[in-house]
Amino acid sequence: MKRLLLFTPLILAVVLGVVLFAGIGKDPNKLESALIGKPVPEFLLTDLHNESRELTREVFEGHVSLLNVWGTWCPACRDEHGDLVWLAEEKGVRIVGLNYKDNRDDALVWLDRLGDPYQVSIYDPRGSLGFDLGVYGAPETYVIDAEGIVRYRHVGVVNEKVWKQDIKPIVDRFREKI
Amino acid sequence: MWRPVFAWLLLMTIAPMSVADARDVYGFDTQAQEQRFQTLISELRCPKCQNQNIADSNAPISKDMRDEVYRMMSDGASNEEIVGALVDRFGEFVRYKPEVDSRTILLWATPAIVVLGGLMVVAGIVIRSRRAGQDEPALTDEERARASRMLDGDDSSRT
Amino acid sequence: MYPELGQIALILALLLAVLLSVVPLVGSVTGRDQLLAFARPLSAGLFVFVALAFGLLTHAFVTDDFSVAYVANNSNSMLPWYYKFSAVWGGHEGSLLLWVLMLVGWTLAVAIFSRRLPSVMVSQVLSVLGMVTVGFLLFTIMTSNPFDRTLPNVPADGADLNPLLQDFGLIVHPPMLYMGYVGFSVAFAFAIAALINGKLDAAWARWSRPWTTVAWAFLSLGIALGSWWAYYELGWGGWWFWDPVENASLLPWLSGTALMHSLAVTEKRGVFKSWTVLLAIVTFALSLLGTFLVRSGVLTSVHAFASDPDRGTFLLALLAITIVSSLTLYAFRAPVVHVRSRYGSLSREIFLLMNNVLLVAATLLVLVGTLYPLVLDYLDMGRLSIGEPFFNLTFSPLGIAAGLLLGAGIFSRWKKTDGGWLGRKLLWPLAVSMIGTSAVLVGYGTFEPWAFGGLFSAMWITVATFWDLWEKSGSRKGRLHGLRRQSRSYYGMVFGHLGLAITMAGATVASNYGIERDVRMSPGDTAMVGDYRVAFAEIGNRRGQNFTAEYGRFEVYDSDGGLISTLYPEKRRYMVQRNTMTEAGIDGGLFRDIFVAIGERVSDDAWAIRLQYKPLVRWLWLGALFMAAGGFLAISDRRYRIRDKVAENGKAKAPNAGGERGADPVGAAS
Repeated sequence: MKRLLLFTPLILAVVLGVVLFAGIGKDPNKLESALIGKPVPEFLLTDLHNESRELTREVFEGHVSLLNVWGTWCPACRDEHGDLVWLAEEKGVRIVGLNYKDNRDDALVWLDRLGDPYQVSIYDPRGSLGFDLGVYGAPETYVIDAEGIVRYRHVGVVNEKVWKQDIKPIVDRFREKI
Repeated sequence: MWRPVFAWLLLMTIAPMSVADARDVYGFDTQAQEQRFQTLISELRCPKCQNQNIADSNAPISKDMRDEVYRMMSDGASNEEIVGALVDRFGEFVRYKPEVDSRTILLWATPAIVVLGGLMVVAGIVIRSRRAGQDEPALTDEERARASRMLDGDDSSRT
Repeated sequence: MYPELGQIALILALLLAVLLSVVPLVGSVTGRDQLLAFARPLSAGLFVFVALAFGLLTHAFVTDDFSVAYVANNSNSMLPWYYKFSAVWGGHEGSLLLWVLMLVGWTLAVAIFSRRLPSVMVSQVLSVLGMVTVGFLLFTIMTSNPFDRTLPNVPADGADLNPLLQDFGLIVHPPMLYMGYVGFSVAFAFAIAALINGKLDAAWARWSRPWTTVAWAFLSLGIALGSWWAYYELGWGGWWFWDPVENASLLPWLSGTALMHSLAVTEKRGVFKSWTVLLAIVTFALSLLGTFLVRSGVLTSVHAFASDPDRGTFLLALLAITIVSSLTLYAFRAPVVHVRSRYGSLSREIFLLMNNVLLVAATLLVLVGTLYPLVLDYLDMGRLSIGEPFFNLTFSPLGIAAGLLLGAGIFSRWKKTDGGWLGRKLLWPLAVSMIGTSAVLVGYGTFEPWAFGGLFSAMWITVATFWDLWEKSGSRKGRLHGLRRQSRSYYGMVFGHLGLAITMAGATVASNYGIERDVRMSPGDTAMVGDYRVAFAEIGNRRGQNFTAEYGRFEVYDSDGGLISTLYPEKRRYMVQRNTMTEAGIDGGLFRDIFVAIGERVSDDAWAIRLQYKPLVRWLWLGALFMAAGGFLAISDRRYRIRDKVAENGKAKAPNAGGERGADPVGAAS
């Protein structure tokens, strides 16, 4: 019996090894959103293109959309912008843009020059909606279903691979529910 | 010649200093409140940094979080409410002190488990050693006599 | 050409390491003494080639050879020469080579300083060390070669050393730390050798002890240096964050402390052998685990090296092979000893066993706390963070308990201590400690329960240690004679325990009575921190060798209005990597530090200034110095320096009777 006890450290070490092995290659910085399954927080912000037009969470109702958080100060956002335009134009995906902590004029010039994939563009200069959403670094892209509930968040650049593997399955699943 | 000028200059620089105390970056009424704020921000994690609390991190999101902590403190929220509000938005990840729930009970109980387990092992050793001590063969009368003769230096005991 | 020589040197070293792993071991198991004789020369050769490789890498740095990728990534022509020298270990590949250098260095040391040991034992120890070296050399050559070239695109200049590393701390902290980490491989090797040849006894414990103690002393220094460096370099006055990499260094230290004490019992009494061997294996395993955690990217840390899944996998495989094989050997070959002698419940053996329980609890606490987020993530139970508040809350009671146990245990006797006698002995120390602690607390102001616990424990250790010293040094020939009569080993213990008390006191007071303020200041403003007034005199600019800086001149006045010092904290902008760094201005003193750092600019003429009052913070590191001094003192004890001719002759005949006759008798109690 005592001899068996001496095997305990070995067993514990093996278990630990398995856990450590599983941890290799995972990116510890990609956090899951705390809002999955919860509705988009209430907000009252203006349209990027039209200062006098007010926008609320109603912009999400009735369609499954992507919510893309971006800013002109963010170099990775520029990298993914072409893919977003492709998604909107070629794939017919509805993308709502959230211009986060930015300058309205700079943002408009940027969209003018690089293309505008957004059906609706929200202007969030102080980042209040971003904060409530739990945005911690742009670019981030959310999948919002037709009832305005957050279903998925992708941290980082969206490209064709990310779309196919991660985002499209979610979008399809909630499109069927409409 | 320069000394009085120097002294005057020094006086000019010291004088305004003694009038106003610098304002806090976040204004607090009492030392206790300031301490409470410092403790709160040292227990919240910056979501995008390489393991830093929001007190020490320069990231924009950390500043936003500090601002929110301050705002809620000024509104009279309790520590649980403040931490809860941030956890609602950013997830359990930002809490450096994990909540005690079914997932973390093993974690919190680790020291107690190990110490109690160790105590039991040690107690077991002591108890078993007592029994072992009792099993030690006692000296027979003859051996005892030999021993006392040897101790008394009796030559006849040498073999 | 030289980098290629370096590569060749590493490959040759690998070959020698393979030979070292196999030849002497085969010789020891088959009884062929000629094969045993290869051990020492192979160790020497191994060291020579690794040292050569290291020297060539250093040469590449010092001569700005940017055709070597590692140099290009970690150095720059504008870097001051002393940082070029320490930049060798500023990144993953170079620090790994430093690790290997330390490993072969320790191997050589064992080869040199073990003349009195039976050659079978020495050969086996060296073989095991050779095996570990094979693993690390393979890892280096196959995944982390520091000599890879950037040809044909040689950059004009290097990417510069991370500014955080351009500091004295980099010159001393990693070498000390690695001496400790790697040093535990010797205790490990002794344990494995003993398991292989079956001679696990008090003699084995006696031989392992000095190697373990030295490694422990270096590790203590290394950790303290890291803490001190973080304190003055990172700009926010913290000295321990329970960051995974920091924990990785603390784990072998805690386990190594348990090992040191357990070896003492095994040497003196011949008991708890299985446990001691397990600790020897576990301590080194924790060193390896630390190496893995720091380089694999599995955990997030400010201190981690750049991560790479391939390297992580290789390192984990290395770790797995080493640990699984040694623990399997342990499970099959460790003696299953039945308790044969009688221990009083307050005997020294039991006190030391309890010490081990607390230290193991602390080790497991830190291990579980560090790896728990990983486990939960693996089980898809969410992403949790475990940090300072958790560890402080759970570790402190263990530390306090260990201190209380220490004080009482100092008076305990082997085999049996009378409870009443012990209790009476402890009355005076108890009274003195209570009074002393209360006095200090009153001095600092408020009564904090944790502060009381920590300080009482520290005071308890100190009083008990001096009491014991007083009692032991009583002599008819006078106190001085009595003091001189004590062995260095005893004084090593005294210093070690005092060091612990000093560190505990420092940690307790700095944490509980320190003051931190973030204050908005413009030149001309003044602010209070504790009883000290800090005045922001002026803001200016200056230029360093490879950076430009904005500095502030701060004058610190004490409560009487006298000027204590002038501090120049700065915000530096390094020209190559273009990152900004905060250098704090610190007025350091034995009893308190005043800490000033410049934060963000909040308006045209105002900055967020961080002011801190840190009482007794230097005691943290002073205590570690004491502990390390204790360790070095202990190994300079007479018993390790006796050159006994009789023993040298006797060693050839008696296979394991212990290196010398006439020293303490090997415990026959079990």
